[in-house]
Amino acid sequence: MSAAREEILRRVRRSTRDVPGAEHPDDVPVERGYRKTDDTPRPEIVERFAERTAEYKAKVSRLSEADLPGAIRDALEACGVKGLVVPPGLPEAWVPDGVKVLRDGPGAQLTNDELDRSDGVLTGCALGIAQTGTIVLDAGEAQGRRALTLLPDYHLCVVREEQVVGLVPEAFAVLRDTVVGERRAVTFISGPSATSDIELNRVEGVHGPRTLEVLIVG
Amino acid sequence: MTIIRHQPEKQAPPDAFSKGRTPTFEESAKESLANSQLRRNLGKATQTIRRKRAVAVAEMPDWEELREAGRALKSRTLRHLDDYLVQLEESVTRAGGQVHWARDAEEANRIIGGIAKSHDAKEVVKVKSIATDETKLNEYLEGEGIAAYETDLAELIIQLAGETSSHILVPAIHKNRSEIRELFMRELGVEDLSDEPPDLANAARLYLRKKFLSAKVGISGANFAVAETGTVCVVESEGNGRMCTTLPPVLVTLMGIEKVIPAWQDYEVFMQLLPRSSTAERMNPYTSFWTGSSQGSGDGPEEFHLVLLDNGRTDVLADEIGRQSLNCIRCSACLNVCPVYERTGGHAYNSVYPGPIGAILTPQLVGIGQSGPDSLPYASSLCGACYEVCPVKINIPQVLIHLRGKIVRHKQDEGGLMGKLDPENVAMQAMGRIFSNRKLYEGAQKAAHIGQWPLAKNGTIHRLPGKLAGWTEARDLKPVPEQTFRDWWKTRGKGSPSNGSSGDGAS
Repeated sequence: MSAAREEILRRVRRSTRDVPGAEHPDDVPVERGYRKTDDTPRPEIVERFAERTAEYKAKVSRLSEADLPGAIRDALEACGVKGLVVPPGLPEAWVPDGVKVLRDGPGAQLTNDELDRSDGVLTGCALGIAQTGTIVLDAGEAQGRRALTLLPDYHLCVVREEQVVGLVPEAFAVLRDTVVGERRAVTFISGPSATSDIELNRVEGVHGPRTLEVLIVG
Repeated sequence: MTIIRHQPEKQAPPDAFSKGRTPTFEESAKESLANSQLRRNLGKATQTIRRKRAVAVAEMPDWEELREAGRALKSRTLRHLDDYLVQLEESVTRAGGQVHWARDAEEANRIIGGIAKSHDAKEVVKVKSIATDETKLNEYLEGEGIAAYETDLAELIIQLAGETSSHILVPAIHKNRSEIRELFMRELGVEDLSDEPPDLANAARLYLRKKFLSAKVGISGANFAVAETGTVCVVESEGNGRMCTTLPPVLVTLMGIEKVIPAWQDYEVFMQLLPRSSTAERMNPYTSFWTGSSQGSGDGPEEFHLVLLDNGRTDVLADEIGRQSLNCIRCSACLNVCPVYERTGGHAYNSVYPGPIGAILTPQLVGIGQSGPDSLPYASSLCGACYEVCPVKINIPQVLIHLRGKIVRHKQDEGGLMGKLDPENVAMQAMGRIFSNRKLYEGAQKAAHIGQWPLAKNGTIHRLPGKLAGWTEARDLKPVPEQTFRDWWKTRGKGSPSNGSSGDGAS
C-alpha cells in the first residue's frame, strides 16, 4: 500500500487520540428523531407529488392507464419529437406510430452523438418523492443508462401512482437494494436543468433536458 | 452565433492556498467596501437567498431533528475517520474503482495529472469542486499542457474573467448580466448576444456541449461518499455534473477525507439538509449517485478514480474544538446570513472558503502564523447567526473565539520579545489587569472621562490616538458617559429618581 495512505491514516489516528480506544463507531449516539414515513392518505401524497413537481416548471398531467398511449403521442407531437430514444424494457404500447424509434440496449448502444442529435427520450422511473417533487431513476427497467435522459433536450417520464412515496427517507429505503445489491447508478431529478448563477434569476435549461414532462398514471 | 475555440489562460489571483503572503481581511475589505456595484449585487443576492431559505426550512416540522442527526453523523464519522476511510476504499475498489491517497495539494494534482496523461487527454471537463480550487489543479494541469474547462455556468464566468469565486454556491455573484454579456462576447467570440439570462445560459450550453461530448476525462468533486457502499454523490442544478460524471470514459473525483459518511441510509439526512440550506429548494434539480465504475454495464465511465485528500484536514481534526469545522457540507447558508460577508463579499477573505465557515476553516487548514489567514477569525461580530442556520450545527462563534485565542498565544510564543511587546498584546495585558481590579477600573474610568473630551464628537469617538488607533480603525467607540452605572448605583435612593435621570446611565 502507498506511503501516502499509511501516513494519512497515521495522522488521522494521531489526531483522534482523544477518542477512547474501546469506542466503536456505533457507540457515538445518532438520534434519528426526524420523520421516516408519511401517513398522509395516498391520494393526497400523489396530489402533492403532482403539485410540487409542477412547481419546478415541469409539465405535469394526471391520467388513466387507458389514456396513456394517447397522452404520450400528443405530448411528443406537441414538442415536435421525431427521433425518440427508447430505453430497454419500455412497454411497446407506449411507443406511438410515426416516430423514428432510437432503441438503446445492451450490445446495441446508441452513441453519444446519436443521443445528442435525437429530439427526446421517453422513460418510466424507479419512484417519485412527493415531499420534494422528485423523480428518481435507477437505470432499471424502462429507464436505461444515464446518458439517455441527459443528452436529449426533451424528457417525457411516466410515473405510476404506486411508485410515489411520501418522504425522502422512504425513497432511500426503497433504493437500498438497487445500490447495495446491484451497484446501479441513481439519479434524482427535480424539475428541468436550471441555473440561478446570473443575478440569481432562475433559468430553466442549461445542460440537461430543457423540458421535463411528467405523466402520472393512476 | 459563431463560437471560436477558447483556451483558458488567465490565472486567478493568489489566495491563502497559494504560495506567498496574502493581504489581511481588513486590507482587502477596504477595497471590497469601496466597490458599490459589488455591494449592490451582494446585498440583493444574500437577502434573496436568506428569505427563500427561511421559507424552505419553515416547511419542515422536523428540521431541528434533522440538524441534530446531521451533526451526530458527522461527529461519529470524524471520531472514527480511519475506519470509515478504509471501509470506503474497500467498497470503491470492490465496485471497480481505484482509490488514491494524497497527503497534500501537490500530491493530489500529480495523481490527477498522471491519470489524464495516461489517457493522452489534452482537455478535461470539470464540475464545480472547491477541493480542486484549493489544490490549484487548473493551474497545475495548464503547466502540464492540459486545458481544464470549468462547466458550471458561474465557474465558467469567473474562469473566463480570470477571477476567483466570491461565494461557495454562486461564485459569480459579484458580476451582473451586462458584465457577463461583455465577457461572453469577448471570450467565447459570440456575436449578437443579449444580456437576458436565458440567452447567456444558452451561449454556455452551446459552447460546453462539444466539450462534454469530446472529453476523455471528467473531473469532479464529491458532496458525500458512503463508506458502506462506496457510493459517491454530486449535488447540482445545471446538468453539467451529470455530464461530467456520466459521459467521459474516465472519471476522477477529488474529495476531502472529511466528506465520507457511514451508510447509504445517511443520505436521507444530508439530502434533506443540503438543498434547503443551500439553494433554498426542497430538492436541487439533479443529484447523481454512482458506485464504482461501469463494470461492463455501459452506464457511465469505464474507469473511476477516487482521490482522497488530506491537505491540512488531519490538523483540523486534531483540535477538539476546531474539529467540528469538518462537519461542513458546503451549503453556504452561513455566508448569506453573515452581516460581515453581506458587505464585504467573498474576495475579502482571500480564500476558496469565504464567509464565516471560511474564517474558521482557512486558518486551520493552512496553519496558524500567517498574517492573511490569521486575520480571518476577527472578521466577525460574533452575532451567532451562522450557528443558527448551520445544518450540521457547527458552533462557528465558539471556534472563532477559540482560534483568536490560539492566534494570540501563537504571537506571544513565536514572536519572542517583539511578540510580547506587541502594542496590542501590551494593551490587552494592561486591560486585563485594570478590569480585574475595582480601584484600577474606577480610576481608569475617571481618567478616560477627563482625557476623552478632545476625541468625542457628537457622542462618538471615531478615532483614538497613537497606538490605540487600531481599535477604532473598523469601529466607533462610545465615550465614557457623564454618569457611569457605578456612579448611579451609589447614588440611587438618595433623593434622585430610582430609575436614574440621565439617558446614558448604563455604561
